[in-house]
Amino acid sequence: MGTASTTALQPPVGEHRIHYLNAKYGIKSWLLTTDHKRIAWLYLAATSFFFLVGGIAATLMRLNLIEPQGAIVQPETYDKLFTIHGTIMIFFFLAPVIPTVLGNFLIPLMVGARDVAFPRLNLLSWYIFMLAGTIFLYCVISGGVDTGWTFYTPLSTTYVNTHVFSAALAVFISGFSTILTGLNFIVTVHKMRAPGLTWFRLPLFIWSLYATSVIFVLAMPVIAITMVLLMLERLFHIGIFDPALGGDPVLFQHLFWFFGHPEVYILILPAMGVISELVAAFTRRRVFGYGFVAFSSFGIAIVSFLVWGHHMFVSGQSVYAGVFFSAMTMAVAIPSGIKVFSWTATLYKGSVSFDAPMLYALGFLGLFTVGGLTGLFLASMGLDVFVHDTYFVIAHFHFIMVGGAIMGYMGGLHYWWPKMTGKMYPDYWARLAALIIFLGFNLTFGPQFILGFLGMPRRYAMYPPNFQFLNIMSSAGASILAVGYVMPLVYMIWSLKYGPDAGPNPWKAKGLEWETASPPPTHNFEVTPVVTEEAYAYVSNQPAVVTTAS
Amino acid sequence: MLCFVPLLPREASTMAPAVDHLLYFEIAISVVLAALIFILLFVFAIKYRRRYDDEVPVQIPGNLPLEITWTVIPILIVIVMFIWGVKLFVAMAKPPAASVHVYVVAKQWMWKIQHPEGPREIDELHIPVGVPVELIMTSQDVIHDFSVPAFRVKMDVLPNRYTTLWFTATSVGRYHLYCDQYCGTFHSHMRGYVDVMSQRAYERWLSGGMQHAESMEAAGAKLYESYGCITCHGTGKGPPYVGLYGSRVTLDNGQTVIADDAYIRQSILDPSSQIVAGYKPLMPTFQGQISEDQILEIIAYIKSLATTPGAQGTQAAKETK
Repeated sequence: MGTASTTALQPPVGEHRIHYLNAKYGIKSWLLTTDHKRIAWLYLAATSFFFLVGGIAATLMRLNLIEPQGAIVQPETYDKLFTIHGTIMIFFFLAPVIPTVLGNFLIPLMVGARDVAFPRLNLLSWYIFMLAGTIFLYCVISGGVDTGWTFYTPLSTTYVNTHVFSAALAVFISGFSTILTGLNFIVTVHKMRAPGLTWFRLPLFIWSLYATSVIFVLAMPVIAITMVLLMLERLFHIGIFDPALGGDPVLFQHLFWFFGHPEVYILILPAMGVISELVAAFTRRRVFGYGFVAFSSFGIAIVSFLVWGHHMFVSGQSVYAGVFFSAMTMAVAIPSGIKVFSWTATLYKGSVSFDAPMLYALGFLGLFTVGGLTGLFLASMGLDVFVHDTYFVIAHFHFIMVGGAIMGYMGGLHYWWPKMTGKMYPDYWARLAALIIFLGFNLTFGPQFILGFLGMPRRYAMYPPNFQFLNIMSSAGASILAVGYVMPLVYMIWSLKYGPDAGPNPWKAKGLEWETASPPPTHNFEVTPVVTEEAYAYVSNQPAVVTTAS
Repeated sequence: MLCFVPLLPREASTMAPAVDHLLYFEIAISVVLAALIFILLFVFAIKYRRRYDDEVPVQIPGNLPLEITWTVIPILIVIVMFIWGVKLFVAMAKPPAASVHVYVVAKQWMWKIQHPEGPREIDELHIPVGVPVELIMTSQDVIHDFSVPAFRVKMDVLPNRYTTLWFTATSVGRYHLYCDQYCGTFHSHMRGYVDVMSQRAYERWLSGGMQHAESMEAAGAKLYESYGCITCHGTGKGPPYVGLYGSRVTLDNGQTVIADDAYIRQSILDPSSQIVAGYKPLMPTFQGQISEDQILEIIAYIKSLATTPGAQGTQAAKETK
């Protein structure tokens, strides 16, 4: 859409403008870089690889579930597949992807800084992440692990013979990477903002990444401790979780979910931040109720630490504890609802375009709404008992994580791709891919709600034949979804070489990142920007409106 | 209700309609709210689509009354869902006093069921229709979960602990039983059936089983001798066991506890953890020497000797004999 006019927007600097991508060449200039923009690319490569691995595991799972007796693999292998899928997608793709790729690239640009507060620490985070990822890949190659990504005790500590230790070690180490990233972002937002960029002038993406960083710093140490205890228990049988040694297996669940539920918001909050940017840019509007949306991120971040027990209504926790956690879980739905209503209202009397990023944003709004509402089913204690640990739960959290977080990420990647690369991707293919992903997603996960109502338990390698029809629908959807995910890989790589130049601001969007060249120079801004206006300060040019303005 | 397109399993317990009513309520609310969002998104996106490339629309920063409205209305809705859900859960957590007790020992990867009258079964649970049944469950190894979708109930089954689950079946039939908590390699093999039988058929089934098996309390009485319990508990050296079940026991640390299933189990496996006031910590642990099934039989025996009205379950079970 914007491509026709982009030639006019090109800087008149000539062919060989120096920017962060061509300032230096060679493998060392990438692996030893401290430039946040290049580190974002390192993360993009790493997380894309892990997404591929996790996706292959999911594909094999869906293939296997075509037949009630398992179409391709034995239960042992299936159990490893869903453990690998869950662990990789949660710890090595979803949690890091938006903060480390889009966040790394954009936070300094959005706050008008030359880099993050601690550039070398930023690179260290990537190396720690790669170390953790390599250990997990070692775990997979050496035989895999079959505890589920939740590592429930005493199964994980005493009963399985697979590579629990290396998997737990990988998760333990990956936590440090995210803690350092979180610290870096917090300090950057506090200390590196451009002159005039007050807190309430910050883009909402910054607000939500700030809230995410706070969760990183508070929740990740807990999973690290839990994994250490798990490893000690498995190696030395110290008797913390193993009931045969006087331990309490449910204690593990408390520790795990104390981290685990904030983790869910680590996944979704950054995507919410992206959606705020997309909705603003593609309606050319200030997000409706900026203050409510900004503070709702913090509401979510804080309350997310008080809801963990809703994973444990049938784990034997006390009824009173359950009542508290149910109430808190209901409470955390409210700020999410506020955001959805605010984004929807932003479209009202806006200038809505249907560029590919906006298609992802609209997809997010629909799917996240369904994911959020079905979350209420699970927060209602008596109803949770019925659908707990069934495919209903699988469907619910995939609506949040795939329909929400990945839709947000894909939208953000398409939105900022011209900034990152200086190139436009083919708009037609991008929109087609967004549509295919949306349809494939719904066909994959829609039927799983019904499977859950019918009682199909999660993590089943085999199932009674009466569930087969819905499972085939789901697997068919997954194959469409896979096509949708491969398409961007092709046309985005294509665009690096053949895409038309994007110019500094192809979307005519507001925000400091659009005021510098694409790709940005190594130090981001030729002159330190001075901010004199609110975020999303679009000025109406509609003649009919002049009478009602002021 | 949804008989043509089966979206839910048949309602086969007293709890099922109650759960389904809340489910319908939440589905209705969700459909209304989702439809509202979808329609607004669709209408706004079409009606306010970008007309020309440089268009910048009128700016509306916010609207406080509107924002308060869409904060308060969802709060009211979730309060209803919360209270309704809690009420339902409390009803599920509290078994009726006069229920038939059945004992469940889970292990990788099977359900071992023990009826107090004697019959044992694997991956099958025979119960009478219209009578509240309470399952007393424990696991020999990892955490499992006993789930019967047609009854709309489930509960985790934990090692080293008893959890309970109750239901009253409302229609005769054969219903799926699943392990819902991932429990290792053959988790998906850990399924079975609940056979709900008419009262008469159930009694016939029970007495058919009696030919082969002795009742749990009879088995427990034998174990009570063979493990040598009787040498102390019965001679005054240890606390008495007749009339123990359901009574209040004062421990040497001054605490008072009710002598229930969990108390007896812990006293067998970890005797020194709760010493009855006035007795010496002499008893050795039976950890590793006695199986979960045997512990349940000893509990059934002690329960049969109860004098306090804490063991109605067994009495109710006796009446059906």
